[in-house]
Amino acid sequence: MKCLHLLVVAGLAVAAVAACGGGPKPATTPAPTPNADSIAAAERARQDSIAAAQAEADRRAREESERVARQRAADSAAAAAGTTTDVKNMLATMIHFDFDKSDLRSDDVGILDQKVAILQANPGLRIRLSGHCDERGSDEYNLALGNRRANKAKEYLVQHGVDAGRIETVSYGEERPLAQGHDESAWSQNRRDEVEILAGGDVLKKP
Amino acid sequence: MLVALLLSVGPTVRPSDCQDTSAIDRGVRIGIIYRPGVRPGMVVLPGRGALLDSVHTILNRDLDYSDRFELITLPGGDSIRVSTGPAGGRGGGGAARGRTGGPQAAWGGLNYPLYQALGADFAVDVRLAADSMTVELHDITAGAVRRTLRAKLPPLTDVGFRMAVHRLSDQVVLAALGSAGIAATRVLFVKDGKVDRIDQDGADLQLVSSSSRQAMSPAWAPDGRHFAYMEFAEGHGQLFMQDMATGQRVPVATTGKALDFTPAFSPDGKTLAFSRATEEGTDLYTVNVRDNCCLQRLTVGRFSDNLSPAYSPDGQRIAFVSTRAGLPQIYVMAADGTDQQLFAPFDYGVTGSSNAPEWSPDGQSLAFHRDVAGTLQVFVLDVRTRTVRQLTSVGRNEDPTWAPDSRHLAFVSDRSGYRQLWIIDLETGRIRPLLQQSGARLPSWSPRLPPPETPASNP
Repeated sequence: MKCLHLLVVAGLAVAAVAACGGGPKPATTPAPTPNADSIAAAERARQDSIAAAQAEADRRAREESERVARQRAADSAAAAAGTTTDVKNMLATMIHFDFDKSDLRSDDVGILDQKVAILQANPGLRIRLSGHCDERGSDEYNLALGNRRANKAKEYLVQHGVDAGRIETVSYGEERPLAQGHDESAWSQNRRDEVEILAGGDVLKKP
Repeated sequence: MLVALLLSVGPTVRPSDCQDTSAIDRGVRIGIIYRPGVRPGMVVLPGRGALLDSVHTILNRDLDYSDRFELITLPGGDSIRVSTGPAGGRGGGGAARGRTGGPQAAWGGLNYPLYQALGADFAVDVRLAADSMTVELHDITAGAVRRTLRAKLPPLTDVGFRMAVHRLSDQVVLAALGSAGIAATRVLFVKDGKVDRIDQDGADLQLVSSSSRQAMSPAWAPDGRHFAYMEFAEGHGQLFMQDMATGQRVPVATTGKALDFTPAFSPDGKTLAFSRATEEGTDLYTVNVRDNCCLQRLTVGRFSDNLSPAYSPDGQRIAFVSTRAGLPQIYVMAADGTDQQLFAPFDYGVTGSSNAPEWSPDGQSLAFHRDVAGTLQVFVLDVRTRTVRQLTSVGRNEDPTWAPDSRHLAFVSDRSGYRQLWIIDLETGRIRPLLQQSGARLPSWSPRLPPPETPASNP
């Protein structure tokens, strides 16, 4: 132990001499010998830091998972809302009629089938069907015609399993046109059934 | 003076056949030769003063719009009077009236030969006192006063002023021809989803339905003081009865739970017939509006619609629209719903939809509109012979409603480019616009309106 100290002192002396302008002398640097105590200390310190890091990592992970959970909750809420909006849009899809007719068009049957499915997937849902006409017919007769149009769609929904009590009907004749023009393009848009949600439309499931 | 007059004016073109020729206001018509068999000549003698000018203008227009006279205007105005009458005397507002001597005394103060030469059969002379008006109807041929009418006149600024003058002019027509005019009447109609009313001469346009909801199909009660109409409630159609003077309204019992529309009063005002649209279709019902009870179903359509009831003036029958043959056509039944039969004949598969029937007050005719080549035209059915004739041909014409004289119809037409109200006289074919605003529809012409109910007299 002592000799090592001496060596170190000597080494320092040599280095001092050399620094003072003496010719270079090869210095022999002794190989370091492990110090058991310091190793243990270092090991302890390392273990401590690992623990700390681990704790930090755990905390981060926890926070991250909480964040993810929150995000997921928000995402699913948004998704649910998105679904409701989607379903509402599907439900609101109008069906159309030929002039002075209340017969269902074959290309509108799919739209009505979709409404049947929505009503069956959402048992709390109640709707009102309103029948509308173009401006060409007689004003008052159009109330009767719109009534037929609304009830024709209701009849279809009921025939396909929807409880009649969940569907109201009304006619607005030509009183509430969608398109304001005075040509066939406006008229064909105005000869329609609209769907309005009366109750149970806050959250809607996709069929 | 007289010679100049005779030279300067020619005989008037008198419309004799009833055709839809868009003969919009021919302007001033001057006739100096009386031709038997055509409309009698009428001259309203001019006067002076703001009030008299107003009365004169209203009276002149009323008599003109009655379409029963050739209105004669005096080219020289007052100068004729002045040149023919003695000094002082007539036309001086509230001044003392001289029936001074000379030849005029024998003619009641009027130069009858002169007016006869001008083509007048009648002359109307109006004089005003403090708060009353005296109207003298002169029979020119007889050379005498036929009738003297007096009426209290509200101040010029009063809302009742015009109606008071209208009532007098109706009496003038009654005194001259034996049946009253239609000046003291109004037309209800729908514009922008609200019920409005307008006097038959186009004056005094007013909003009368008060709620913000969409209204349709106004109908006068026979008393002229109430009307019914339909209003869209939440998903339904409810009928209301409203007092014209107070604006107060009450919902008609049993209506408002379904889609109820096209109300029509029975002539006694006790019953309201209407259309009700349900899942089964549209059918006719009546309800007692005097006791607010007793809903009665008149038609059972099942696979057809029955709507737009119209009572006959004797209350025994109801004309209505039915789709039982496919397209809507005009049918008739007893007022209790029995004995339903076709009313206005049609060719199956050829004749277009027929709608909006209204029975004339004299019971002889039924006006309605029918689809002709994709547009609507006004038709009149002769109730006795059950023949129809087309009345209009220019543009789209619909929803005719009778004046109390059974010879004028108000209807909706787009002949001027946009939909507005027009009035046609079935005797002369003369057509005039009632309202120069776009979007007016579903008119209902009132009966002759009663004088306002006077509040309990309290001196």
